[in-house]
Amino acid sequence: MSIRANRFTHETAHAPEPERYEFREAPIHHFAFDRRDFFKFFGAGIMVFAAANDALALQESGGGARQNHSDDLPKEITAWLHIAEDGSVTAFTGKVEIGQNIRTSLAQSVADELRVPFETVRMVMGDTQLTPFDMGTFGSRSTPTMAPQLRRVAAAARDLLLQAAANEWNTAPEKLLAANAKITDPSSGRSTTYADVARGKTLAQRIPDEDPVTPASEWTIAGKSLLKVDGRAFVTGRHQYTSDLRPAGLMYGKVLRPPSFGATMTECDITAAQKLPTAVVVHDGDFVGAAAPSENEAEEAIAAIRAQWKEAPQPSSSDLFSYLKQNVDTSERSDLTQSGSIADGLARAAHRLDSTYTVAYIAHAPLEPRAAVAEWKDGKLTVWTGTQRPFATRDALAEAFHFAKENVRVIVPDTGSAYGGKHTPDAALEAARLARAAGKPVKIVWSREEEFTWAYFRPAGVIEIKSGVAADGTLTAWEFHNYNSGAAGIGTPYTVANQHIEFHPVRSPLRQGSYRGLAATANHFARESHMDGLAHAVNMDPLDFRLKNISDPRLRDVFQSAARSFGWPAKKTKPGQGFGIGGGIEKGGYVATCAEISTDDARGAIRVVRVVTAFDCGAIVNPDGLRNQIMGANIMGLGGALFEAMAFDGGRITNARFSRYRVPRFRDVPEMEIVLMDRKDIPSAGAGETPLLGLAPAVGNAIFDATGVRRTALPLAPRA
Amino acid sequence: MAPPIELEINGQKYPVHSDPDTRLLTVLRDELGLTGTKYGCGEGQCGACTVLIGDSPRRSCQLPLGEVVQPVTTIEGLEKNGHLHPVQQAFLDLDAFQCAYCTSGMIISSVALLTQKPNPSPTEIVQFMQGNICRCGTYPRIVDAIQKAAKSMEQQPR
Repeated sequence: MSIRANRFTHETAHAPEPERYEFREAPIHHFAFDRRDFFKFFGAGIMVFAAANDALALQESGGGARQNHSDDLPKEITAWLHIAEDGSVTAFTGKVEIGQNIRTSLAQSVADELRVPFETVRMVMGDTQLTPFDMGTFGSRSTPTMAPQLRRVAAAARDLLLQAAANEWNTAPEKLLAANAKITDPSSGRSTTYADVARGKTLAQRIPDEDPVTPASEWTIAGKSLLKVDGRAFVTGRHQYTSDLRPAGLMYGKVLRPPSFGATMTECDITAAQKLPTAVVVHDGDFVGAAAPSENEAEEAIAAIRAQWKEAPQPSSSDLFSYLKQNVDTSERSDLTQSGSIADGLARAAHRLDSTYTVAYIAHAPLEPRAAVAEWKDGKLTVWTGTQRPFATRDALAEAFHFAKENVRVIVPDTGSAYGGKHTPDAALEAARLARAAGKPVKIVWSREEEFTWAYFRPAGVIEIKSGVAADGTLTAWEFHNYNSGAAGIGTPYTVANQHIEFHPVRSPLRQGSYRGLAATANHFARESHMDGLAHAVNMDPLDFRLKNISDPRLRDVFQSAARSFGWPAKKTKPGQGFGIGGGIEKGGYVATCAEISTDDARGAIRVVRVVTAFDCGAIVNPDGLRNQIMGANIMGLGGALFEAMAFDGGRITNARFSRYRVPRFRDVPEMEIVLMDRKDIPSAGAGETPLLGLAPAVGNAIFDATGVRRTALPLAPRA
Repeated sequence: MAPPIELEINGQKYPVHSDPDTRLLTVLRDELGLTGTKYGCGEGQCGACTVLIGDSPRRSCQLPLGEVVQPVTTIEGLEKNGHLHPVQQAFLDLDAFQCAYCTSGMIISSVALLTQKPNPSPTEIVQFMQGNICRCGTYPRIVDAIQKAAKSMEQQPR
């Protein structure tokens, strides 16, 4: 399916290696229940599960050997489903809900495949005691990997129900129909409910190796625009985020932070703080914190701590990009893809274009800051926390407290967003450490300033491109170097015989990590800005120039669809108007975005007036949810494209507040149109990240169109 | 210990023991357990903590308890007898949220707007709501939800 012969190829069939900034980890789950425990816990009924590497395991054992009715459930279970005696369906997954609406869309897939009403399916998510191991909710993997697994589980459960009914009626399961939580025998008119079949049973079954699931063309519940499953709890304020939990005896925790990055503590006197009547103060290694019955008292305790720090020189944002170029980490491998010869390609070029692009560090700024509530009770530690990696958080807690993993439970309430920012266990560790000392549950909620300072950032980067193009618009050479920002989306989707594409790791001056879209935002910005420059170099329309160099039909489709809806090429009707286009392929999704901007010469302000995004992620599970994601991605992307950037000096973030760090608001929102390509013939890809990628280059290219000036830095209009 | 301050919240009287300097947000969430009102920034910049004081939207993270003299309405007070407020219903019907952490503040601000201006134009909505952040970027749906709520309140006044 791929047009490219390099290792950055975007395939939908195989799970890609997690990008280095996603913090990888091997699945080493030990399943805590045996079969009897399971039914004791969840009640009688029918349980079906999928194990990791099912196909492989079956191959090795000679094929076809099912492990039914075994008391030992296999390790590395990836998903399971329970049908209770009352017919209610519960599906379990280690994925978490962070606003991407996966709770709803996974439930749709389960209901669809099991043939039950959507309302009867409940998802249990992100609870290390109840749900199967999961590496984490990131990389747009929930829809392409978890939905099919849950479907296979649901299909197996349906077959099990059909078989049970067939046995009872002394007929063949093929002659029966399953629909609307009922099984009917058309020949005799007999009918029974799933609840009746499940009653009195304790049946556990592993999914068979071959059991086709319903093709997208026959979906009835998936593929529909269903509303957020528990929306009412959110509009009434009843939903309890981690930061809302108030277990009995709760204390509030605060942590003493260093004055600057890289500062080391030389002295710490906690005696004054310890004298406060209600505070519990902890000094353990480099951790200093306090818990008290109110947040104010905890803050007072922290203020009473006398600490001395030795600060270290730190780079500042004003010399960031030269710093990045000078601090390449040669101890880490670079990622390199090469084909042909850049020298040959450049020799054949009619035009050369070399440019350098930069992207700033930006913050996730999830509206719910990092939060955790920890409770030690009966030799067990329970932590509620908003994290994208509940199992990794559990493991970090077990390691930090020299505690068996089995005695640590991490629960993730549906969380006030994350955007890749909630991978690390910091708040969980802080709350657990204080709770152990306090002997009571402790809640940690980071302040907005802590969130902006002590979380991690989207990596900044420098990207250098050397390129050549023939007079007819054929790309002849493409040399691309990314310093620090990352390798996601670094490969070009355009056909070019001579390529050298390399990612260079750098010793980052700030703590950095995962972010919605990862480095694909930076790499698409650089590549698509550069493609625009090349189009102008050969006097071609930017869309025509791209189409000439694209052979992937799905990428052509999204570019042409976005252009058609936008009215590309558009005629300028007023001064300061400009139009731009950008797009690409990432994580199995195809995106193209057209943007119209207006500039005000006097102030240099940029306003994004109109945006059209076409997106293809294969078969669509929930069109309205998908539109919501694409719209949100464009609006969030607007911030990084136009004005978001961390400012830092002397190891301090100098804009760690919403009053100094501008994020998109109502007034920044352009007119927006979304074009969905529903490819029922192609497996669904994730959609939370990739729609963001076209915006920044489309806006940058529109600015060039309006002004004749190529802006090569993200953010494009920092003072706008 | 000082005698409790009496606060009227969502039509109910609460004795409150917090110090008068304590921010209303802390009182609501930590003392009274009304956690529907959210902390987002602590500087009145994001609107997640918005409550109604009388009919006016106020940032409860900035408001000392001692300055609250009029009745308070929080997100928990909008639903009446199992019926959602038209603004809540419109947010629900249009899926005008993603993570929904900003939703309480958005809904309360919207209610304040519609009290002041029963039929706001999109421009008026944007202007009024400018102080509320939705990091997930659901702004266009929120504008639509406010217009939908305005229509349904016009047809069926509460």
